[in-house]
Amino acid sequence: MQNFDSSNVSAFKDVWVFCEQREGKLMPTDFELLSEGRRLADELGVKLVGLLLGDNVEGLAKELGGYGADKVIVADHQLLGVYTTDGYTKVICDIIAEEKPEIFLIGASNIGRDLGPRCAARLHTGLCADCTHLDVDVANYQEFLRNNSVLPEDRITKTNTARVLGQPHDVAKDLKMTRPAFGGNLMATIICPRFRPSMATVRPGVLKKGAFDEAKANAVEVVKANVELSEADMQTEVVEVVKAAKKLVDLVGAEYVVSVGRGISSNVEEGIKIAHDLADALGGVVGGSRAAIDSGWLTADHQVGQTGKTVHPKIYVALGISGAIQHKAGMQESECIIAVNKNASAPIFEIADYGITGDLFKVAPMLVEAIKAAKAAK
Amino acid sequence: MKIIVCVKQVPDTSGKLAVNPDGTLNRASMETITNPDDLNAVEAALKLKDETGCEVIAVTMGPPPAEGMLREIMARGADRGVLISAREFGGSDTYATSQIIAAAIEHIGLEKDDIVFCGRQAIDGDTAQVGPQIAEKLNLPQVTYAQDICKDGDTLTVQRALEDGYMTIKVQTPCMITCIKELNEPRYMSIGGIYEAYEKPMEVFDYNTLKDSPLIDVNNIGLAGSPTNILTSFTPPQKGAGQMLEGADQETCDKLAGMLAEKHMI
Repeated sequence: MQNFDSSNVSAFKDVWVFCEQREGKLMPTDFELLSEGRRLADELGVKLVGLLLGDNVEGLAKELGGYGADKVIVADHQLLGVYTTDGYTKVICDIIAEEKPEIFLIGASNIGRDLGPRCAARLHTGLCADCTHLDVDVANYQEFLRNNSVLPEDRITKTNTARVLGQPHDVAKDLKMTRPAFGGNLMATIICPRFRPSMATVRPGVLKKGAFDEAKANAVEVVKANVELSEADMQTEVVEVVKAAKKLVDLVGAEYVVSVGRGISSNVEEGIKIAHDLADALGGVVGGSRAAIDSGWLTADHQVGQTGKTVHPKIYVALGISGAIQHKAGMQESECIIAVNKNASAPIFEIADYGITGDLFKVAPMLVEAIKAAKAAK
Repeated sequence: MKIIVCVKQVPDTSGKLAVNPDGTLNRASMETITNPDDLNAVEAALKLKDETGCEVIAVTMGPPPAEGMLREIMARGADRGVLISAREFGGSDTYATSQIIAAAIEHIGLEKDDIVFCGRQAIDGDTAQVGPQIAEKLNLPQVTYAQDICKDGDTLTVQRALEDGYMTIKVQTPCMITCIKELNEPRYMSIGGIYEAYEKPMEVFDYNTLKDSPLIDVNNIGLAGSPTNILTSFTPPQKGAGQMLEGADQETCDKLAGMLAEKHMI
């Protein structure tokens, strides 16, 4: 870390992805980030590097190559087996100070969101949290704005420069990190023009994972990092890691999600059963709004929304969910949204592709029958 | 022993949001509340106060009206308030904000058995960065996402929530803990507490108070000290209104299923 100067922007090169592993298994977000990182590295004409920390994890490097990494830096140490803020931050910052990546991406998991800010503060650089879209290339970014914003063309054209400390700044070399704020009502694109690496945590489940490439997997360069770490560096002690007893619901990967909200309050048991019936008919899983989770009707792993999970299934069915912005933030990217609600003026209908005004306890079972029949007819 | 709890006044994003024609947020027209996760942090501090009789100091950075929020925290039971407020601090991103708050905490003085509590994240920015960055600047150990805290002497045993379970972590004071809603149920203000809140000490830390701190430099506070810049802010296009289906009967449902099958959605 000594003599490291984050403001010497031109000394930095390559796109790096922090590849989180838990108990020796890679996280699905790693592949999403590598696929996205591949695109950014190609836009910059540089290498994509995976950074893998753990205890005896070198064997995972090949799989990372298959999703786009040209090179994987492996930091193997017995103290890195389980995630600790101190151990991971020290090792990552030491390697970054030495190798100077231009861009550093981290999955916004509970671990990534602990690690990212600690590293950014130590490296004296900027970190954009929970990004949902990334670009380097200006033309690609402007095309993204044309499709995803209501900005007029003259303002879109002007996004090739920013005002930085009162001076115009050409953003051609900067990572343009777009993220929702205020519960998804406002989007902001953030740059880190004066310091490197440009760091971003990226919301799991938002970016698309590319195809696994066997040839790339075999061609990946694996480099062992020199790790200097001792017990004295660790300020905390992990006593145990406890897995939730029940198998958790895979909301992010599901193609069909049926969510329930406050609308099932009159008969919670029946409401949950109906949701499961409909999810089974579609071949998907059950989710819930914050109201449903806070009321204890479903466990927290079912929560869709700003403080829950972001989903983009083929079909999202909202049963008795009013559609508060915090909920919409987690599901509005779904390909098709079907809303069933008694209240015809519920905000959920503003984003629904198909809306039915009615009692979910009556409509949902009919929908189950209709879907079964439609599937049988195929 | 004392506990410093960092709180933020935020616009109530569950209310109606007002967006200016240029795509920025009209904050003036929005209600403000104490950030929800911060109330869990306050409650964690007050629980330890109930057990140990320690002092609880509520700290916030913001414009002068944020004092009102500090009074509310004191009405819940905090002993004193510190408002960090100066024009020089405006425009700070998370890096610069944590730099200033860290300087304020050093100014208050952090001793061997003290604890800093923060909320996991604020609902306006949703970054979850300020807590860990304060910890880094003060070289404190951190535990984020605390869902259970148990204190035994100078050791805290904290359950840190993971997506698929939790980790149990032991950490010694002084340390920084960020709190989530699963940790506790925040208490209400009491009538007596509200009266007392206006008698309790309230300090304002301005630029002059903190300018001698090694953490404070014109190059690491405010806009100049913020590594990140906003390139563009915009509102996403409203998705075109979908199709409302007439009638809530079997026929409607069959029609819907038919349309989904036709589009190969099912």
